[in-house]
Amino acid sequence: MGASLRDIKARINTTKKTSQITKAMEMVSASKLNRAEHNARSFTPYMEKIQEVVASVALGSNDASHPMLVKRPVKKTGYLVITSDRGLAGAYNSNVLRTVFQTIQERHRSAEEYAIIAIGRVGLNFFKRRNIPVALHITGLPDQPTFADIKEIANKTVNMFADGTFDELYMFYNHFVSAIQQDVTEKKLLPLTDLASDKKLTTYEFEPSQEEILEVLLPQYAESLIYGALLDAKASEHAARMTAMKNATDNAKELIRTLTLSYNRARQAAITQEITEIVAGANALQ
Amino acid sequence: MKTIKVSVVTPDGPVYEADVEMVSAKAQSGELGVLPGHIPMVAPLEIGAVRLKKGNATELVAVSGGFLEVRPDRVTILAQAAERAEDIDVARAKAAKERAERRLQAKQDEIDHKRAELALRRAINRLNVANRHF
Repeated sequence: MGASLRDIKARINTTKKTSQITKAMEMVSASKLNRAEHNARSFTPYMEKIQEVVASVALGSNDASHPMLVKRPVKKTGYLVITSDRGLAGAYNSNVLRTVFQTIQERHRSAEEYAIIAIGRVGLNFFKRRNIPVALHITGLPDQPTFADIKEIANKTVNMFADGTFDELYMFYNHFVSAIQQDVTEKKLLPLTDLASDKKLTTYEFEPSQEEILEVLLPQYAESLIYGALLDAKASEHAARMTAMKNATDNAKELIRTLTLSYNRARQAAITQEITEIVAGANALQ
Repeated sequence: MKTIKVSVVTPDGPVYEADVEMVSAKAQSGELGVLPGHIPMVAPLEIGAVRLKKGNATELVAVSGGFLEVRPDRVTILAQAAERAEDIDVARAKAAKERAERRLQAKQDEIDHKRAELALRRAINRLNVANRHF
């Protein structure tokens, strides 16, 4: 009986320690989420502006054409998948990866028809294990990535579309809705087809020419869309981890409660037993 | 003097915002000066310095490409990276310059060579802007 009492006590203690850790991780993620939201906010003016200019330049005149604006027959599809480097974020990674995996199974017959660009270690390992070709990958991004961190991979990705390695490009990531809700999103990145802007379009002079401006503008736009998705995904990651850790802390509390209850019961049983034994012993003497 | 609103915006947030008398920048087609009341225009920029004239002072902002959008009442510069002269990390730019030079020395395929060349130009541009060599 005594041993079991000690066992229960030990379990209560370890659970308490675990809950302290999960509680700390929850708070760390909350502050990271705060900063991630701030980053996303500082990115918005850039995104809005570039969107407005791209729409004005590309839609301003009808004769503007650029390979990145034109649909072409699809021989190969690119998928850019954003996951996290670390786990402990609930269903954050598995949701995205399941969606990508199903989409690929539905759309493609052979591995020749698609290529993966993996951002984040969890995604990279997932595809490697399944022998799915990963064309490009980046891992070890900081929690608050700057544009310089992904410039290279964004640039290479856009170039792979430009040089015909693949003919369309989709992004898969968790879109941040709120601290408790993140939705897996599929977004078609290239070719750029929906450029409509609700802002009034401006007619510009072009220096030197419209074609040359599109040549600079469109890759820069596509790269910033990738960065935007990454910021969105990072905010989701921190939110998902925060929620996961909050659940873990709550579960630990519940566990401690039931364990304390059985500890008290066991202690009570031991006392009762002792009294019974003493009484029995005293009776025997009479 | 009439002024025009200028903002330099990067994906990591706005870098510069002020009313100035004149903006000059190095566009791909050549040096470009914009005064208030300019017609709407879009021009891609070279890696270089943007000069913003305000009274007697001229401020410098290093930009790594991007483009310039002019509207009658405001000028917006959208670049993937931009720093004001006083914010440039000179030690880091120097390190980047040396790294790029080493890469250029090593034999490499064409894409890497081009990349290193661009990195070198960005680093030199930052150093020039920080030292106000314009």
